[in-house]
Amino acid sequence: MVAAAMPDLQAAVDDFVIKLKRRQVEGSLATAKSTVLLLRQVVSHQRIPSSGPASSLIDAVKSVGSRLIAANPMELAVGNMVRRVLHIIREEEATIVAAQVGVTPVSDSDDDADVHGVPGLSAVALAAANRTALRAPSLHNLLESLPTSAGANVEPVPESDTKSRSSDKNSKSWKLKHGVIDAIGLLLGEIENYHSEISEQALEHIHQNEVILTLGRSRSLLHFFREAKKKRSFQVFVAEGAPRYQGHKFAKELAAMELQTTVITDSAVFALISRVNMVIVGAHAVMANGGIVAPVGMHMVALAARRHAVPFVVLTGLHKLCPLYPHNPSVVLNELKSPSQVLDFGEMSDCLDGTDGSPVHVVNPMFDYVPPELISLFITDSGGHNPSYVYRLVAEIYSPEDH
Amino acid sequence: MESGGGARRGRMVIDPKVRQVGFVTPGEQDGPAGVSSSSAQVNAPDSPAPVMIPPAPRVAVPAAADHSPPKPAAPVPIPPRSPPLPPRNFDAEDEMPLGSYNPGGEGVLAGSPNSSYGKASSEKAEIGDLSPTMVAELNSSMMEMSLERSKYELPVPEKENESTADVISERVEVPAINNNEGPENDARQRKLKDRTSKAERRALQESQRAAKEAARASAAVAKAKPPPQKKDGSNEKKGVDKKPVDKSGEKDKKKEVVVPEKDKRKDAPAPRLQFDDEQKVAKARRRAIVEQTTETKHRVELFRHLPQFVPPTQLQALEEKYLQNDTMHIHPAVYQVGLKYLTWDIVGGNARCVAMLEAFKEMIRDYTTPPQKVMSRDLTAKINSHVSFLSTCRPLSISMGNAIRSFKLKIGKLRDTLTEAEAKSSLVSHLETFAQEKIILADKEIVKHAVTKIIDGDVVLTHGFSCVVEMVLSHAHSIGKKFRVVVVDSRPRLEGRILLRSLLAQGLKCTYTHINAVTYIMQEVTKVFLGAASILANGTVYSRVGTAAAAMVAHGYRVPVMICCETYKFHERVQLDSICSNELGDPDALVGVAGRKEFRELVGWDESEHLRLLNLTYDATPADYVSMIITEHGMVPPTSVPVILREYRKEPIL
Repeated sequence: MVAAAMPDLQAAVDDFVIKLKRRQVEGSLATAKSTVLLLRQVVSHQRIPSSGPASSLIDAVKSVGSRLIAANPMELAVGNMVRRVLHIIREEEATIVAAQVGVTPVSDSDDDADVHGVPGLSAVALAAANRTALRAPSLHNLLESLPTSAGANVEPVPESDTKSRSSDKNSKSWKLKHGVIDAIGLLLGEIENYHSEISEQALEHIHQNEVILTLGRSRSLLHFFREAKKKRSFQVFVAEGAPRYQGHKFAKELAAMELQTTVITDSAVFALISRVNMVIVGAHAVMANGGIVAPVGMHMVALAARRHAVPFVVLTGLHKLCPLYPHNPSVVLNELKSPSQVLDFGEMSDCLDGTDGSPVHVVNPMFDYVPPELISLFITDSGGHNPSYVYRLVAEIYSPEDH
Repeated sequence: MESGGGARRGRMVIDPKVRQVGFVTPGEQDGPAGVSSSSAQVNAPDSPAPVMIPPAPRVAVPAAADHSPPKPAAPVPIPPRSPPLPPRNFDAEDEMPLGSYNPGGEGVLAGSPNSSYGKASSEKAEIGDLSPTMVAELNSSMMEMSLERSKYELPVPEKENESTADVISERVEVPAINNNEGPENDARQRKLKDRTSKAERRALQESQRAAKEAARASAAVAKAKPPPQKKDGSNEKKGVDKKPVDKSGEKDKKKEVVVPEKDKRKDAPAPRLQFDDEQKVAKARRRAIVEQTTETKHRVELFRHLPQFVPPTQLQALEEKYLQNDTMHIHPAVYQVGLKYLTWDIVGGNARCVAMLEAFKEMIRDYTTPPQKVMSRDLTAKINSHVSFLSTCRPLSISMGNAIRSFKLKIGKLRDTLTEAEAKSSLVSHLETFAQEKIILADKEIVKHAVTKIIDGDVVLTHGFSCVVEMVLSHAHSIGKKFRVVVVDSRPRLEGRILLRSLLAQGLKCTYTHINAVTYIMQEVTKVFLGAASILANGTVYSRVGTAAAAMVAHGYRVPVMICCETYKFHERVQLDSICSNELGDPDALVGVAGRKEFRELVGWDESEHLRLLNLTYDATPADYVSMIITEHGMVPPTSVPVILREYRKEPIL
C-alpha cells in the first residue's frame, strides 16, 4: 500500500533505514524526531480508501515502522514513536467514530469483516470505548475526549446527512488524515520541547549549594541545569562516560554557563559519591518496569548512589518511554561497539605474535541497564514519577494493541 | 605503677565488653588479670596458624594486651612469628607518632588507670562502636599516622621527628632488652616497677646521659626542645609501650626542667598537615626543603586539604634547589628514584618501595659519619631530608611509609658499640631483608595461597595492574589451570594494558574492557582478584582508583572479591571515604584520550574559571565489599586486619 505511487517516500524510508543501520543517526531524540517526520510523510502520502481508512493507515505505518525498528532495534525511541503514531491514529479514529455514533458507543457486534455502514464503525467505536475504559482513571483523558467528541458531534452529522455515503466516507477519511497529521505535529512539538518542560521543574529539585554528579552528556540535563542556575548556585561533578567521553563536552558546556564543574574519571565516581547530594542523569530509554537503558557505566553509578543513599534521578522525555518489559536487558538491550574505542587496533599485536591464537577479547558495550530499584525518581515532561508508576504512563500513551 | 599494671590487666579481661571498662576501678580487676594472662598464654601457642582468630569472648583480650602499655601477661604475645617474618629489628619503639589507638596518650605514661581507660576505650572504639569523641580522637590519630609526608614539611612535626629520633638513640643505649618484644619488655617493666635493679639503674644512667646529649644536639638543631618533652611525646606516640614506664620514671628524676605545657602540646598527636590551613602551610613552606605548590589556581575545593599535584615541569626548580644546596645534599641514587616518582616512571606500592630501599642502600654504603656527630642521629636526619625530598616528588605511599619507619627504627636501635662499618652493613642488610622478606617472599607466599582459589573454568576479573595479581595469574596459568582473565582498565593511566600485555605474552586468554563496562562483564565473572596500596585497620582497602567500583559491582553480582596484599602495607589508620586522604594526580592527564585524537574538548580547560579536572589516584573500598584478603600469613576476612596488625606487626608500628 505504501506503494510505488510514492517513490520519493519510499526513498526517504530507505534512506532513514540505512542511516539507522549504519548508526549514522543515533540518540533517542534524533531518531525519534526523524521517525515522526517520516511517519507524518507516510500518513500524508497514504491514499485512504473509502473503506476502513484507519486500518489502512495503521497498516501503512506498521509496515514502515517494522522496517525502521528492525534497522536498529536498540534505538527504542523509533519503536516508541511508531507506536505513538499508531496510537494517534486509533485515537483519532475513535474520536471520529464516536462523533458519528454518538458519545455512547453501545454496539452489538464487533465483526471486523463488515466494513460497511454503522456496524463496522461501531466495532471500531467499541475498541475505542474499550481503550477509554482502560484509560478511565486519567482525568486528562476524560476531559480531553468528551469535548472533542461533543464538538465533533455537531458538525459531521448534518454534513453526512447532506452528502452521499461515499462522499461521507471521503470526508471522514480526510478528516482522519488531517487529524492524524495534526496530532503528529503536536507529538513532534512535544518531542522538540520536552527539554523546556523538564527544565521548568529544575528549581523544585535543586537547592542552593547542591553537589550533583552526572555521567556522560544529556541534552535535557543541560537545560535542566541552565534553568536551575538562574536561581541557584551549585556544583556539578561530571564523569567522563568512558568510551564516548561525552562528559568532556558536557563539562565544557556547563562551565560555559558559569556552573562550577569538575570533570572526574569514571573510576572516581565511587570515591566522590559520598560527597554528592544527588545524581542526575539522562537515559537512553525507559522500560515499562521503570528500569532504564542508559549509557554504559550508569549501573555502577546507580549502585554507588544506592550505597550512599544518594537520590538517583533520571531525566527523560516521554518519547523514551518504551512499552517493553526487559528480559536479560544487559544482553538483549545492548549493543557492542567497536573495540577500537577501548583498545587501539594493533596495540596488542606485538604480544599476539608468538601466542597460539588466543586473541584478546575486547568488550565495548554501549548501554547499561539500571533496574528500577536503583532509581529514585523520573522527571519527565509530564512531571515527576516513581519508577513503579511508569507502567501506567505507558498505558496512557500507547495503545495496548501496539505493544 | 603496679596498680596501673594491674588495672590494665584487669581491663584486658573485660575488654570485650566496652561499657564495663569505663566504670571498673583498677582494684577490682586484679582477679581477672590472672585470667587474662592465662588466656593470653593459651592463645599464644595456637596463634602460629596464620589466621588464628581467637574465640569470641577472648578476642579482645589479647588486643587489649598489646595495646595497653605494660603488656602484662603475654609472655608470648608475638609467637605467631612465622618463618618469613621480617627481622625483628624494627620492632622497637616507633618514632613515628603512629600509635593509632592512643591519640590522647599522654596519660599512658603515668600508667594511671584513668589514662589507660582512655586508651582502652579508644582502642575499643577502633574495634567497634565509635563514640563521637572516640571518633574525633581516631580521626586525629589517623591523620597523624598517615603518610609521613606532611610531617616532613611541617615544622613542628619535624622537630618531633628529630626529637623522637633522639629519643630512640637514647633508648638504644638502654639495654638491648629494650627491644619491644613483649616478654622482655614485660619483664623489664616488672623489674622497674618492683625496684630498681642494677641493670635498670645502669640503663637509667645511660639513658640520662643520652638524653643530655640529645638535649645538646637538639638544642643545636631546633631550639627549645627539652628532652623530657621529646621523650614524652615519643612515648605517647608509640602507642604501646614498654618504655613508658621507665621513661617516665627517668623523667621524673631527671628533668625537673620540663615545661609542662609544651609537654602537653607535644602529646597531642600531630595532625597531618592539612593543606587548606593557610598558616600551617605557610609555615611549612618556610621550613620545607622544597617548594611545595599548594596554590594551584585550579584546585578542586573539596580537595584543598591535600597537597596539590606538582607538575614535572617543576623538575627544573627541584634540580637547582638540590644540586646547588650542599646542606641538603641528596644522594644521587635517591635523587634518581625521586625523579622517577615524579615522572611516574616507578609506580605501584611495591615497586616504589623496593626502589626506595635500593636507593637507601646506596646511600648507606656511601655514608660516612661526619666528625663530631653520632651516626644514628646524623643518619636519621639525613634520612628525614631524603624522605622529604621523595615526598616532594610524590607523596609517599603507605608501603614506603612503613618501610621508612622500620628503617628508622633500625637506625635508632644501632648500638654505639658498633663500628661504623658494622653499623652500615647491618643497616644495609636490614634493607635487604626488608625487601626480601616483606615483599618478595611475601608475594611468593601470597601467590601460593591465591592460586588455590583459582579453579578450572574460572573467569577471573582484575582491575588495573597489580604486580601480585599478575604473579598469581601467571603462576596459576603455569601450573596448568584453565581460566580466563578479564582485565578491567580505567583512565587515565590505563595500567591494565601492561597486565594485558604480559598475560597475553604468556598465552592466557584475556578479555579487556574499561571500568564502565564492568557491570556488563561481571555477569560472566566468577572471581575478582584485586591488589591494594594499603589495607587499613577497619578493613578498608585503599587502592588505585576504580578498585572500589569494581568491588562494588562484584559484590552486587555476588562475585567473591579477593584482595592480594602484603602485610607490610597494612596500616593502623582508619578511613571511611576516599576524600579525607588521597593523592591528586595530574589533572591534565584527563584532557586527552589515549589513541583517540577526536576528543579535544578539554584542551585549554584551565582558561575556564569554572572548569576543574580532578584526577584522583586512590579510593577506599569498604570492607563489606571484600570477601577475603590474601596475605602472606594466610587468607583472612577484612575484619581480621586489625588482628594481623596486632599479631604480626605491632612491634614495628605501634
